[in-house]
Amino acid sequence: MTRSQAVLSWIDERFPLTKLWKEHLAEYYAPKNFNFWYYFGSLALLVLVLQIVTGIFLTMNYKPDAAQAFGSVEYIMRDVPGGWIIRYMHSTGASMFFVVVYLHMFRALLYGSHRKPRELLWVLGVLIYLCLMAEAFFGYLLPWGQMSYWGAQVIVNLFGAVPLIGEDLAVWIRGDYVVSDATLNRFFAFHVIAIPLVLLGLVVAHIIALHEVGSNNPDGVEIKKTKDPSGKPVDGIPFHPYYTVKDMVGVVVFLAVFSFIIFFAPEMGGYFLEYNNFIPADPLKTPTHIAPVWYFTPFYAMLRAVPAFAGTQFWGVLVMGAAVVILFALPWLDRSPVKSIRYRGPVYKFALALFVVSFVVLGYLGVKPTDFLGKIGELDTAVILARLFTAVYFLFFLLMPWYTRIDSTKPEPKRLTH
Amino acid sequence: MAEATVNKQRRYLLGMTCAAGGVAALAVATPFFLSMFPSARARAAGAPVQVDVSKVEQGMMIRAEWRSKPVWILHRTPEMLKSLSDLNPKVADPRSASPMQPDYAQNEYRSVKPEWLVVVGICTHLGCSPTDKLQAGADSGMGDDWKGGFYCPCHGSKFDLAGRVFRDMPAPTNLEVPKYQFVSETQLVIGDDGKGA
Repeated sequence: MTRSQAVLSWIDERFPLTKLWKEHLAEYYAPKNFNFWYYFGSLALLVLVLQIVTGIFLTMNYKPDAAQAFGSVEYIMRDVPGGWIIRYMHSTGASMFFVVVYLHMFRALLYGSHRKPRELLWVLGVLIYLCLMAEAFFGYLLPWGQMSYWGAQVIVNLFGAVPLIGEDLAVWIRGDYVVSDATLNRFFAFHVIAIPLVLLGLVVAHIIALHEVGSNNPDGVEIKKTKDPSGKPVDGIPFHPYYTVKDMVGVVVFLAVFSFIIFFAPEMGGYFLEYNNFIPADPLKTPTHIAPVWYFTPFYAMLRAVPAFAGTQFWGVLVMGAAVVILFALPWLDRSPVKSIRYRGPVYKFALALFVVSFVVLGYLGVKPTDFLGKIGELDTAVILARLFTAVYFLFFLLMPWYTRIDSTKPEPKRLTH
Repeated sequence: MAEATVNKQRRYLLGMTCAAGGVAALAVATPFFLSMFPSARARAAGAPVQVDVSKVEQGMMIRAEWRSKPVWILHRTPEMLKSLSDLNPKVADPRSASPMQPDYAQNEYRSVKPEWLVVVGICTHLGCSPTDKLQAGADSGMGDDWKGGFYCPCHGSKFDLAGRVFRDMPAPTNLEVPKYQFVSETQLVIGDDGKGA
């Protein structure tokens, strides 16, 4: 036994190092036919690490104080050596996190990765998505710019629309009668401690669940059903080195795109960092147009699409909340006998395409003012469109039990096709 | 039999211990929950403010700050007051039925003294601050039939000179009238009406 083997066996007697390595990498058998869409899980992990590391270094110079926050961010940008790149990595990372996660979720819709036996994997994923939204929302207040301030104002006031307890609830969230220093300080605590802790726990749970059931694949066929005499799936290959090496390619391409954005378009034309956020927060002056960052705009468009009714705008809040919560039900709404889009019929393909269109259109409407398309009769055209596509968004889910059952499907193969 | 009794007793003790632990956990959670409400300092900062309105001429508007929110104080002209009754069919809640004002301001002009409008300048839709468009007519940029009022640039809500929202606007209710009182002819106190709290 060599010296290093001796060290390893000393450790293994005390901590399951080799066992963990084998279970999660060297002997974790993943389907051999992963394609482009399977990059985004590992990329999400990469962005998470980037956000945590850049975040730690930002807190070394950032001041969570209403009087100093805006200045401290500018200080990081101008006076701290390397501060600007760390800050742009963090702000670009936030947007890229959502890019990667939206593509990762779309992959699930393509290949049925939310279906049995991966329901909990999907549910954990939606919880991660919720955490990400909370993390992004809390983080966006920290630079204490005009859009930080008024964005937080609008979102906290959503809670004020809850019947009966709304006003007290909003005061409790803010810790003041308006968004103020108290709000900034607690949002900082949520952003750097509370939510990241929960997020990390959920990510670990997501991976444990994945490795328990095994990865889905573009054919939507369970590779565990066909095993060789030694008990390994015939169509599986060890995650390491095969997919670690494949994911490295994804990482390189991703980092190239990421670097390009950081160096040439860190504000992304006002989509990643809004122009109004370079003006310090002013409680007495509302920006002429308030829009959230792009990754929230589909839901924001839904919020605006719902009219006030019976003296409250709570219905819009309810619709917006339902748009996220309905994701949890997806594994049980889908009744198709097959998982992958490769074997699904035209109805699902059409529904999924329509869903993507509605999500993108809602996202576009959400960044624009409601009157930018003029009016049809009494109503803004953009509001009518938003209502239409909100309906499409929900019908994709609500009609799913029906249209996935009547759809003509092709028979699933027993094994992977190539 | 003896074992069953012991088990039963153990389960009972286990249940009681869990219940006691649960009560303790709730008690410990209380200070954390309470700590998120406004602190004594924040509550003090939310105290009433006094405003001198002696220099505000007819047709003029000033802004006061109360609880970091803009409060508009508009000295309305007789023509402005007259326009309000003309707008009754066009506004969503002409009689101020929804409780967006203290009882003493639930009247035609939504104010204590007809000529003085005091409202919180924050749109009831999602908390933006509307722009004043006090001038009537096309010069306001709001169309020929505009009688003066307020326009929220965020989502397009329009309000009249009593802070009443027009029909079919994103804002669900009229602008909020804060508690206030005139402590003298020229001194206005916002946030306190001498009627408690």
